[in-house]
Amino acid sequence: MIEAGNVSKSFGDHLVLDGISVKFETGKCNLIIGQSGSGKTVLMKCMVGLYEIDSGKVMYDDRVFSRMSFDEMKVIRQELGMLFQGGALFDSMTVEENIIFPLSMFTDQSPEQKRDRANFCLSRVKLENVNKLYPSELSGGMKKRVAIARAIGMNPKYLFCDEPNSGLDPHTANVIDNLISELTQEYNMTTVINTHDMNSVIEIGDKIAFIHKGKLWWEGDKDTILKSDNEVLNEFVFATELTRKLKQK
Amino acid sequence: MIRGFLFQLGRYILLIRQVFKRPEKQSIYIRQIIIEMENLGLDSLGIVAFISVFMGAVLCIQMAFNVDTPLIPLYTIGFATRQSVVLEFSPTIISLILAGKVGSRISSEIGTMRVTEQIDALEIIGINPATYLIFPKIVASMFINPILIMMSMILAVFGGWLAGSLTGLVPSSEYIYGIKAFFEVYDIYYALIKAVVFAFLIVSISGYHGFYTKGGALEVGAASTKGVVHSSMAIIVFNLILTKILLA
Ligand SMILES: Nc1ncnc2c1ncn2[C@@H]1O[C@H](COP(=O)(O)OP(=O)(O)OP(=O)(O)O)[C@@H](O)[C@H]1O
Ligand SMILES: [Mg+2]
Repeated sequence: MIEAGNVSKSFGDHLVLDGISVKFETGKCNLIIGQSGSGKTVLMKCMVGLYEIDSGKVMYDDRVFSRMSFDEMKVIRQELGMLFQGGALFDSMTVEENIIFPLSMFTDQSPEQKRDRANFCLSRVKLENVNKLYPSELSGGMKKRVAIARAIGMNPKYLFCDEPNSGLDPHTANVIDNLISELTQEYNMTTVINTHDMNSVIEIGDKIAFIHKGKLWWEGDKDTILKSDNEVLNEFVFATELTRKLKQK
Repeated sequence: MIRGFLFQLGRYILLIRQVFKRPEKQSIYIRQIIIEMENLGLDSLGIVAFISVFMGAVLCIQMAFNVDTPLIPLYTIGFATRQSVVLEFSPTIISLILAGKVGSRISSEIGTMRVTEQIDALEIIGINPATYLIFPKIVASMFINPILIMMSMILAVFGGWLAGSLTGLVPSSEYIYGIKAFFEVYDIYYALIKAVVFAFLIVSISGYHGFYTKGGALEVGAASTKGVVHSSMAIIVFNLILTKILLA
């Protein structure tokens, strides 16, 4: 379980997160939803320690992450995988080297073991024969999948995904959603996903946190979200014809 | 403006302290250092050789025109060319050239990694990005730049000889006598100390600007320019300081 307790964060005098408290459960896909610019990425980066929080705390199971030094954080970071909004693959390395890199840094596996692990992770994201390609030679969806493969390379207990399917066609987006959901259940990970895609919400939203104006505005899951009478949430959820039709049913 | 400078200086010093933290895994760092030697050193061989030969030739011809009196022996031209090359031209001018070439490369490489979240990705993996990205480049440059500077000295002196002989301004034997005359090994040390300090300045300053890039492609360009301008300025200032200290 990961817990954000009363987390606030501002940039200059722009208050982005205003006392957010939310729990993300183990073995579930926990979704953070909200409009573009509502602070989803900032919240995620605060939880993994890329941004320092102004006040509040972040807990990983029973460990207080937000008060750790860089070296203490390292321990947790080896149990943590993250998929960035833009993929963030290392473009000086091949696909295989990208996946192997964390293993080389933190394990003593032999080159064969590492290569096997890379191939296994690639097969999990349904990619073959891309080992020797560079990120610049991949399509957007392939990059996302390689990034997922890299994120699960170290068998993380916690997985963070920042908009895993933005910019992808509906089918590929769906494939990636299901993949993340599958991996979450299989490895009993605590998965946190930022998204503003209603398809993902309805497909994999085991737990959903809706962020609005820097506050946690609503909490629930994929069943309750369609029945809520929260006005702001409904504006977000039923923004398109398609979702409105869903409501009428 | 002064506050801005102090802020940058403070952040620069903090970054350098990060850079010299203990590396995670030595074998990987050794591999990185070798890769960087190739990137930062071998790639610059051509331009350094080219500029050195031509500058040496120009220096020699200018000396020859200034020594246009029978009272001064011709070998003085060789001697003066060598002194200018060793004391100032090779260590300083070539370092400035490298600041342009290597500095812009480092700032834009690290800056691009920043804006595409690759630096965040390193941090998430549990790696100290400042150490991983900048330390191998500093070590590689501080090792390889003095070699480039030595090579530049030899080629510039050779360029002078070539120009002197081909134009007939200085007979070969006089020039060669001149470049050997009053030779002080300390001058070479002096030049190499400068080369090492300048290498550190180039990599650390351009690395700093890359590391703190914010925004997108436009800002990467701006960071790269800042990296070159600030490391060149630092070289000029430290050139004065070092000259004062080492020749005092
Ligand atoms: N490094 C930063 N410095 C200053 N302001 C920032 C920074 N990062 C984010 N912000 C501000 O914080 C707010 C939230 O940004 P964030 O990136 O978290 O949005 P988001 O919910 O992830 O949006 P999207 O869905 O478009 O990715 C924005 O108003 C943004 O301007
Ligand atoms: Mg975002």
